[in-house]
Parts: sequence; structure tokens; C-alpha cells
Amino acid sequence: MAKKISLLIVDDEESVRDSLYNWFLEDGYRVERAEHAKKALSMLESDHFDIILADVKMPGMDGLEMLRRIKSLKKDSIVIVMTAFATVDTAVQALKDGAFDYVTKPFDPDDLSHLIRNASKQIQLTEENVALKEKVISLENVEDLIGDSKAMIKVLKQVEHVAQSDSSVIITGESGTGKELIAKAIHANSHRKFFPLVSVHCGALTESLLESELFGHEKGAFTGAMYNRKGRFEMADGGTIFLDEIATISPKMQIELLRVLESKSFTRVGGNKEITSDFRVICATNRDLKSMVEKGTFREDLYYRLNVVNINIPPLRERIEDIPMLVDYFIKKYCISMNKPPIPIDSAALKRVQEFDFPGNVRELENMIERAIVIGNGKEIRLKDLPLGKSMIDNSVESLEDNEKLHIHQILTKYGWNISRSAKALKVDRVTLYNKIKKYGLKPAD
Amino acid sequence: MQLQPITLISFGYFEQNFLGELVAEVSLEFSSPVKIITGHLDLSNFHDPTRRQYNGNDLLKKVDSMFSSDKVKTLGLFSVDLYIPILTYIFGQAYLEGRTGIASLYRFGNERYGMEKDDEIQHARLKKEVIHELGHMFGLIHCHISSCVMRSSTYVEDIDQKGLNLCFNCRSKMGISRTQGRS
Ligand SMILES: [Zn+2]
Ligand SMILES: [Zn+2]
Repeated sequence: MAKKISLLIVDDEESVRDSLYNWFLEDGYRVERAEHAKKALSMLESDHFDIILADVKMPGMDGLEMLRRIKSLKKDSIVIVMTAFATVDTAVQALKDGAFDYVTKPFDPDDLSHLIRNASKQIQLTEENVALKEKVISLENVEDLIGDSKAMIKVLKQVEHVAQSDSSVIITGESGTGKELIAKAIHANSHRKFFPLVSVHCGALTESLLESELFGHEKGAFTGAMYNRKGRFEMADGGTIFLDEIATISPKMQIELLRVLESKSFTRVGGNKEITSDFRVICATNRDLKSMVEKGTFREDLYYRLNVVNINIPPLRERIEDIPMLVDYFIKKYCISMNKPPIPIDSAALKRVQEFDFPGNVRELENMIERAIVIGNGKEIRLKDLPLGKSMIDNSVESLEDNEKLHIHQILTKYGWNISRSAKALKVDRVTLYNKIKKYGLKPAD
Repeated sequence: MQLQPITLISFGYFEQNFLGELVAEVSLEFSSPVKIITGHLDLSNFHDPTRRQYNGNDLLKKVDSMFSSDKVKTLGLFSVDLYIPILTYIFGQAYLEGRTGIASLYRFGNERYGMEKDDEIQHARLKKEVIHELGHMFGLIHCHISSCVMRSSTYVEDIDQKGLNLCFNCRSKMGISRTQGRS
């Protein structure tokens, strides 16, 4: 966020003021409080606030009267009105008088954050219109997307272009090329960035699990469902949903997905309320969807609905000029995360890396560098630290200790640093594992 | 820089195994000594019969006045449903840059949402919530990195999408950055 958004909370109830104050402070806003409308109005004379959150029922001047005064002074102020009782009349009146939105107390944490994100987006859109600049590539927040080869620049330009639109995107590429990173980059550079990017790995779920995952379910839908559960489409409201391994979904799910994409509405499992959600869809696959359509295993209508824009990420072997930059980047990344100064790579080793064909693409290169840093001598990366081809077993890790360190690191990475699972896999107790982690100074990568 | 030591106080029943893991994980994350003790509070004083929930503001104040000191970060672990007057529920809360926080296991059980009970998931969620609230107590605000534990999450699936660890930025802000290039 370019600048800190400022918020004024107006409520006569101290606990409400303090709770909201704390909440927004933790969210990184500048926050001030006023216990009545008169104080709020005088604060507004000397200070600017982007968002004003006001209670309706207050002694003295009420929230609606205050809203009208604020609006007559500063027309584009964003005022959100809070009411203790949901009376349709007050709500309608508030919106008529120019309130940005209204909420009924107490509110769901989720509704509150959604509301403020909506307001922040509004503020940002206004600011962007004021200062619209032309840049060659102006992507923000793109982690791990490294390279200045022609092929990579082309991909990044596509990302930049498509981020500005709401079109569906299919990202294709071999596994390990970084399809999820591209989805993240599109989302982070779109106007949806204040809302969640929700990822679903379709290939990992059975049909019925995927259904509940995507659509959620209603409380009481089956025994034990004490609370409603939001589905991924609902979570992605305002934001982006990323469906990885889209080619793996069943014919039944293909129909359901098509229906949701067409109507942007659905019902939770066990529910009958239509829920609408405003999401953008990005899919990824390493399969050839077109030929699946021809063979009849993937619906043609769904294919065309998803494939408005196609971004194809080239395999690493087709952009070897990016390898030195990538190697450099991963060395920094892992050295820093392991609390070591960045080390150089031996030129013979780098040359061999560039000649390697990387069937596992960038991910394989990343793992290779990470491993080399874990097992290496801490001064430089040597050829023998790299598992290039068959000769790796006999010369890379010789000492038992290095082997233990490497093995523990690999198991931890495999189980996402879940200590109990890793300990189980290693057949040691957790305390032993913690001691080993300390001893070898192992840390998860960021 | 060495951060202040941390004391976790369990109010209510928690599996010993889980508490041991929590202590280890928290101390690894903040590189700071962590102690766990058992606390006793009559929770009926905090129960709101109309909402059938427990007042998180009052509990936070109580833990702060009865158990906290300026030299440690103190966090109370509960297993009851917490609320604050303005919100329908909370997973936990803490004083920003303060000495006290609370967190509850209650809303983290899959079985409450009609899914199969899964202790591992429930415990993982509480671990993230505890590290998150401690992050606030050490002065961190919410982070926009999607895998960072300081990312704001308002429902359980959202917690599942983030990691257990602080990102590099947050770590640096707290001054426990792993030094860059000491060479
Ligand atoms: Zn928080
Ligand atoms: Zn962070």
C-alpha cells in the first residue's frame, strides 16, 4: 500500500471504540477515536480521514445527522454506518444520505475486514486515476519471478497486461515452471489485490471433497456441522480463485464449474440460499487441454470459458540465459534464510548447471541450490555439491553428519516443517528433532 | 537482539503432547525461552448467557492484571468460545506491543464445521494463532505476504492457507533478522 489509510471511529461505547481501534491498528491503519459526533466533526476540521466508521445511536447528535454534515462538507468522504439493530429504515436512509455502507453490530470478523477492503479499494482507485503513470513493466510484489530473457519478458508483459482486466486466464507450462507464481503476480497487480487469492489444488481432492471445498456447506448439512463452512468461491469474493491442475476434475465437477462461472452464484452443500461471489478465475495445467477437448475428456464449453487468455511459461531449458540470475537469486534467498552470508558459485559448477536440461524446471534448480547450500562447505558452491547426473552419490556428501543434516532438511521440507510428521517419518521423538534443528541451524525458507 | 521470554498459561485442558510441541515451536520461531504453566480462573464470571460465549475483552484484562508482568510476554490459552462485544467471535486477541494476549482452541476444530475431527489440523491452527498474537505483542502488524503467519485471517480455512512462520520482513522488523552478509 502506497500510503497509510486513516480511519476515524465514532462511537459512544468505549469497548466498541477500543476493540475497533485495536483491530485497525493491527491491520496497519492510522486510527483515531471520538466518543461523540461533535468531537468527530471538530477533528475532521483539522485532520483528514479516509474512512469514518460511525455508530447511528449516540447521545446528542446521532450518526445519521453527522453523516449528512460530513457529506455536505466533503462530498467524497467514505462513511460507514454501524447500527445495533437492523432496521431497514435507518439502513436505507443512511445509504440515501451517502453512506458508503452500513453494518449491523455485532459483525462477523470477516464482514468487517471485507468492508474495509472495499473502502480501501475505492480510495486506491481514486488515487490511481489521479496519478496514472506509463512504465515499461511496472509489476509489483512479484516474488521469485526472475529472468530477463526474451521468453520471460514476454511472459511478464502478458502478466502485466492481463492483470488490468478481469478475463479468465489459463496458465500452461511443464511442472516446476512456476505457474502458481504467475497467478500470484496477476492477482497482486490487479485491482483485486486487497481481496484474497484463494488457491485450490484440484488434483489432490476427490470429487465430493472438492465440491465441499469449492462451495462450502450449511450448518446442519450433516451431523456435526455446527457452523457454516465457507467454500473457496465464497472466500474469493472480491478477489481471485486459482484452480491448479484443472485438467484433473471429473465430468460432474466440470458441469458445476461451468455453471458457477456463468452465473457467479451457487449454493452451499445442504443449503438452498443462492450465494453470489465476485471472483476472477485463473487456472493452471501441465496437460494439453486442447487435445483433451478433442478426445472428449474435457468439456469444450468450459475450455472456452476458461481460456480467454493463455499464458505459457517456457521450460527452463528454453531460457538458459536466465540461469545465472536465478542461481544468484536462490543463493541469496537460502543463505539469508539459513543465516549465512551469500556465497559464490564456482564457475565450472555454474557452467555445468547451464548445460543441464532440468526436467523439473525452476523448482528443480531451486532445490538443487538449496541442497548445495545445506551440504556445502559454506564458502562456495562446488560442482560436487550439485546432483548433476549420475556421479552425485560418490562425491557429494561424505560425512555422516552432513548426510544427517541433509536428510533432516529434506524430510522437514517434504512435510512443510510439520515437526510431528517429520519426527514420525524420521522415527525420532520431537524433542530430538528440535535439538537437531538447533544443532544444524536449520530454518524453513520464507 | 534477544526478545523477551514468553510464558504460555493453559486455562483448561490441553494435551501434554501438544503443549510440548507448542512450546518448542514458539521458542524456535522467536528464538526466545518459552515456559508453560497451568492457570486457574473461574470462567463462569466471563460467560455471557445470551451469547453463550466468553467475553474476550474481560478475559484479556483479567489475564493481564493477574498473571502478566512487564518482563515477559504472557499469553493465555483457552478452549472456550470467545467473543468481543463488537464481533460475533474471535480466535484470540492481544495488546499491540503489549505484554498480554489470549487465544482459544474452540473455533479451530474441523468437527464444528461438519468435517471429520482432525487433531493435527486443529492444533496447527492454534499454533499459528498463538504465534500470530505473540507477533502482535512484539509489535508486528498484519503482513501481506500470503504465507506469513502475520497475515490477517478471519476464518479457519484462511488460517490453513498461511504458514506457521514469520516471513523475512516481519522477522527483520522484530530485530530477529537472520543477519544478512556478515562477511
Ligand atoms: Zn492479527
Ligand atoms: Zn510477514
